[in-house]
Amino acid sequence: MDIFIQQIINGLVLGSIYALVALGYTMVYGIMGLINFAHGEVVMIGAMVALMVIKLLVNSGLPVFIIILIALAAAVAVCMAVGYSIERIAYRPLRRAPKLAPLITAIGVSIILQNLAMLVWGRNYHAFPPILPTSEHDIFGATITSLQVAIVLIAALMMTGLIILIHRTRLGRAMRATSENPPIAQLMGVNINQIISFTFVIGSALAAVAGLMVSANYSIAHYYMGFMLGLKAFTAAVLGGIGNIAGAVLGGILLGLIESLGAGYIGDLTGGFLGSHYQDIFAFFVLIGVLIFRPSGLIGEKVSERA
Amino acid sequence: MLEVTGLRVAYGGIQAVRGITFHVNQGEMVALIGANGAGKTSTLKALARLLNAAGGSVRYCGKEISRLEPHQLISEGIALVPEGRGVFPRMSIVENLLMGAYSRHDKDGIAADSAHVFSLFPRLKERSQQLAGTLSGGEQQMLAIGRALMSRPKLLLLDEPSMGLAPLMVQKIFEVIRTVADEGMTVLLVEQNAKLALEVSQRGYVMESGEITLTDEAAKLLANPKVREAYLGE
Ligand SMILES: Nc1ncnc2c1ncn2[C@@H]1O[C@H](COP(=O)(O)OP(=O)(O)OP(=O)(O)O)[C@@H](O)[C@H]1O
Ligand SMILES: [Mg+2]
Repeated sequence: MDIFIQQIINGLVLGSIYALVALGYTMVYGIMGLINFAHGEVVMIGAMVALMVIKLLVNSGLPVFIIILIALAAAVAVCMAVGYSIERIAYRPLRRAPKLAPLITAIGVSIILQNLAMLVWGRNYHAFPPILPTSEHDIFGATITSLQVAIVLIAALMMTGLIILIHRTRLGRAMRATSENPPIAQLMGVNINQIISFTFVIGSALAAVAGLMVSANYSIAHYYMGFMLGLKAFTAAVLGGIGNIAGAVLGGILLGLIESLGAGYIGDLTGGFLGSHYQDIFAFFVLIGVLIFRPSGLIGEKVSERA
Repeated sequence: MLEVTGLRVAYGGIQAVRGITFHVNQGEMVALIGANGAGKTSTLKALARLLNAAGGSVRYCGKEISRLEPHQLISEGIALVPEGRGVFPRMSIVENLLMGAYSRHDKDGIAADSAHVFSLFPRLKERSQQLAGTLSGGEQQMLAIGRALMSRPKLLLLDEPSMGLAPLMVQKIFEVIRTVADEGMTVLLVEQNAKLALEVSQRGYVMESGEITLTDEAAKLLANPKVREAYLGE
């Protein structure tokens, strides 16, 4: 019983992180029909920047909370700038090009960012300095750390904020209008270049937070971490229904749970043949399954009937 | 108010609008009529900057507007009700109207104007929280017109408001268009339904294969044998 509860907890934590990243994929897709494969790299940059700042400040005598806050602010700022620049430099010139061109460009941007990160931060794994409180809490015979609680709460807060932004504000309305019909949105006075930039910037800010969360959760960061994380978050977005905000949240949480539970029981299920390090295969089973049986995702509509 | 000179629109090599010249005076309702494919929609899209004109000039209140960005037109006071309505299907009626007022920041004015739109189209008021995509064609057309009015335009461009609607609905919509015009709005009305358009307008232009072939007062066009034969089915 307690392994089940434990894996649910782990799954929720992982799922919250996937959801934050999946939102970035889904927002960009919703606004411009583009799968921004470089988004995973933005998460990685967020993790790296945060980690560097923490390393720098770890002996400064500042309170841990302040150090984390500064690291987060730095990561968010850098990621926003990176996200903005990606769109401005790589995607905007291809706005009217056939769909394949920006897609290939996205993969190219992803490779470039990975290599830049390798040049800046090296090939080595960077350990997350052990500054976070390690207190554990018991619930239902399983344990949850303060860090895990914080991850889930912060993710939930940010997602709520995003949903309020999109559904309750003038800017959010403009984003939805642009997503539904860009030329008509322009007729209403919406500057869609601004809206698209804003979408990238917001998605990148979420990615920065997710980056700090992953590196804190696994106590490690490296230049390659964005690749697998990006693929999984993309899977989560597709699972929920790409382009759909609530879908990204749902898909992220579900994927986290599937992975955790899968990893927890895979040994038993295969008679010890596969171990929990096969965790990653679940995401791809999910991706393939969704693409075959429900390409529009769990709560997605048929991919938009766009003029 | 609007002066279009030698406007040309081309799709690739194909010329859809071949150097047309026309004008709309302040406070006037002008009809632009023509058969399918005559180039009416292309003309309006070029005016609204959704298409780049291949040539010609568009002056509005004395200012050249043919190089503006599409999102800048609304603050100049030009609103287009596009062919096929173009409502935002996954937004409610209220949200669609708020999008129409996107360029404005005067909360009280916006509230007053949406009340005005609801008084013009009581049908919309009853369904204010309904998603636009679930409205009937006629209701969507009402919403599209209402949304355009929300920007408090000085010049209203209408592209085939009668398209695909039952006669009774067409009548209702045209009554509102007439009301709006009587309140002082300048209107350029594009229609295939020539009779209807000319009956509510002061002047008209007839467009054929990308060119304006005839222009006159609306009443005279209605009486013109050529127009009667070609567009009124007589
Ligand atoms: N996107 C496009 N690409 C290529 N050709 C186009 C495009 N849009 C319109 N055309 C062509 O331009 C010409 C004029 O089309 P337009 O839509 O302006 O006509 P219209 O007068 O509005 O017709 P209707 O009354 O049927 O709406 C047509 O021959 C049409 O085929
Ligand atoms: Mg047309």
